[in-house]
Amino acid sequence: MRVAVIVFPGSNCDRDMMVAIEQITGRRPALVWHKQDSFEAVDLAIVPGGFSFGDYLRCGALAARAPAMEAVQDHAARGGAVLGVCNGFQILLEAGMLPGVLVRNRDLRFVCRETCLQVEQNSASVFTSHLPEGTKLHIPVAHNEGNYFAEPDMLAELEANGQVALRYTEGSHHGPANPNGAAHDIAGIVSANGRVMGMMPHPERAMGAGHHSADGRLFLSAALEALAA
Amino acid sequence: MAEHPVDDKKTQKTDKNMQIVINISLKEGVLDPEGRAIQHALAALGFDEVAGVRTGKRITLDIEAEDVERARQRAAKMCESLLANTVIEDYEIEVADS
Repeated sequence: MRVAVIVFPGSNCDRDMMVAIEQITGRRPALVWHKQDSFEAVDLAIVPGGFSFGDYLRCGALAARAPAMEAVQDHAARGGAVLGVCNGFQILLEAGMLPGVLVRNRDLRFVCRETCLQVEQNSASVFTSHLPEGTKLHIPVAHNEGNYFAEPDMLAELEANGQVALRYTEGSHHGPANPNGAAHDIAGIVSANGRVMGMMPHPERAMGAGHHSADGRLFLSAALEALAA
Repeated sequence: MAEHPVDDKKTQKTDKNMQIVINISLKEGVLDPEGRAIQHALAALGFDEVAGVRTGKRITLDIEAEDVERARQRAAKMCESLLANTVIEDYEIEVADS
């Protein structure tokens, strides 16, 4: 399993993600600087969390137009898998690789806490396809703009196509199930072909051994296994 | 950026300096939690005649263009390709000759 992690000025989960992937696969992902307009063929390109370009203009707006993202788009167009986490999710939306937009949290506060996620059954997502039915994941979020918004028609289309992969659900020890006001409690969505996924929660921050949960490891391991299959 | 060709616009002697002001606001129907918080704060100060608050941002560009129409077209292109997220935002363009 070959993985690349894209790095922008202001990314701050790139190293955590690299370590998490290496722990699972035994192989260190390539770090790709945002100015690179191509990278060696990989199975999975990850757009990590952080505050790319200082969140200027809109979260992810400037990163979405970086040369490395053109390479990510080419990779996706060839059927390559892409995972965007937190700011990475915002970047995928700004790049038009996934529909909708992430706006300010409902309560106008940065939310940094554990959430409980329902893995949607029968979703188009390749990433979650190996997780057993009924799986709930405890994975933390840390964001100010995680409130998923799309027009009602688009939300209906996402639901009908099984493009909602992860939903906030009851079970968090730290507050209401939905931490940010996201429409339909959406925490993560996929492209129609299931191979481009964006999610607000940080699986690389729930790897066991010192973390409060190992469910991020479970999610990433199952995703990598499914992508390799 | 091969897929998004940007006109190779070189500054000509005939070009004029202009200022473009772009106002970006959330579309009608998109919740503006910041606007709502401001409305509540105004009400708490006694300004209870305020029935609604919408926030937005203003971007000012100093550009050179041959005429106002051309400047407006270029600004619209900038809004569509970067400055506004048209899923949730509207934009208005004002051009002033200087």
